Amino acid sequence: MAQSVLRILQERVPHAIVETGSYVGDDMALVERDHLIEVLTLLKEDPSLDFSMLTDLTVVDWLGQDPRFEVVYQLYSIHHKHRVRIKASVGEAEDQCWVPTATGLWMAAAWAEREAWDLYGVRFRGHPDLRRILMYEEFVGHPLRKDYPQNARQPLIRRPDAPATDDQTTRLLANSHDRRVE
Amino acid sequence: MSNDNPSFVPTVLQDAVNWAQKFSLFTYPFATACCAMEFMSTMGSRYDIARFGAEFPRFSPRQADLLLVIGTITERQAPVLRRIYDQMPDPKWVLAFGVCASTGGFYQNYTVMPGADQVIPVDVYVPGCPPRPEQVLDGLMALQRRIQEHRGHSQRELGNTAAIGYRDRRHLPVLSDGTSMTLGPEERMPKDGRVR
Repeated sequence: MAQSVLRILQERVPHAIVETGSYVGDDMALVERDHLIEVLTLLKEDPSLDFSMLTDLTVVDWLGQDPRFEVVYQLYSIHHKHRVRIKASVGEAEDQCWVPTATGLWMAAAWAEREAWDLYGVRFRGHPDLRRILMYEEFVGHPLRKDYPQNARQPLIRRPDAPATDDQTTRLLANSHDRRVE
Repeated sequence: MSNDNPSFVPTVLQDAVNWAQKFSLFTYPFATACCAMEFMSTMGSRYDIARFGAEFPRFSPRQADLLLVIGTITERQAPVLRRIYDQMPDPKWVLAFGVCASTGGFYQNYTVMPGADQVIPVDVYVPGCPPRPEQVLDGLMALQRRIQEHRGHSQRELGNTAAIGYRDRRHLPVLSDGTSMTLGPEERMPKDGRVR
């Protein structure tokens, strides 16, 4: 059953498929970004595929590789009870870091895309309301990127006499060390 | 006894007020995470926090004098916690329930605040993940000793609470994000961070 999904994809949209694979029963297809919506529409609308449910939408950050990000769509067919994983590669540069939105196909994509934008900084073109969903609006940067500094904190408020946090402690120690060296 | 502010009210009266307050704590449970389950156990009949006069949770900060910070506090929640603390009438006490409210616990990341004491003064820290009800009761008894000895943060700040009939609260500190409780919602909300 599941093999046939990849076979149908390769027959119907061979120009869109970069790579297919299967690992421990999970089928995967790496898709060109320009044909992503075409592939997703086929997967949803075709009666033999009928992927009516977007289980999850995430991003993987392959820091140091080019292209750096991979947007991952986990799809499930409630009728046929089969799954497939669709990936699209996205570059790091500001004008490359985007994919077209899937909100036109699955409404479930709306919040998932907001989360992906919030945490990874991948834009979703055509999204009706693309803003942060988990972090606050004053937050700078995208915290699940691998190059986001581990100890960086962006507090909204602090007591003036607040006890030192870990990174404040680290900074204090570093400063005292500097003074000792001088 | 150790009263920083000399007053004409005898310290005996202060002692009596402290004694009354330590056995009539009205709690506000600011429960954000799984520690709330242990709080329920502490409230329940087996461990029975009512034996210490703190059995009645008030779900309005304006009627409470003990703030129980139960669970993880994120940076996004910190202004809310601060505002709830500001809304409580004096004198007031704070008990950090569990290791997340005390220090951030095992969360050491971009979103979790390392302890509720970053935004409000905490009187008693109860460690544990989650703490057992016995630990919570022990912390409550430590707080009661602190109240009797007049060593709570708000008690120290106020001085002789027995001499204070009414405290003008209009000097409430402006939050460091530039807002205060008296601002209207349209002024208080952060600017629209919408990204296209």
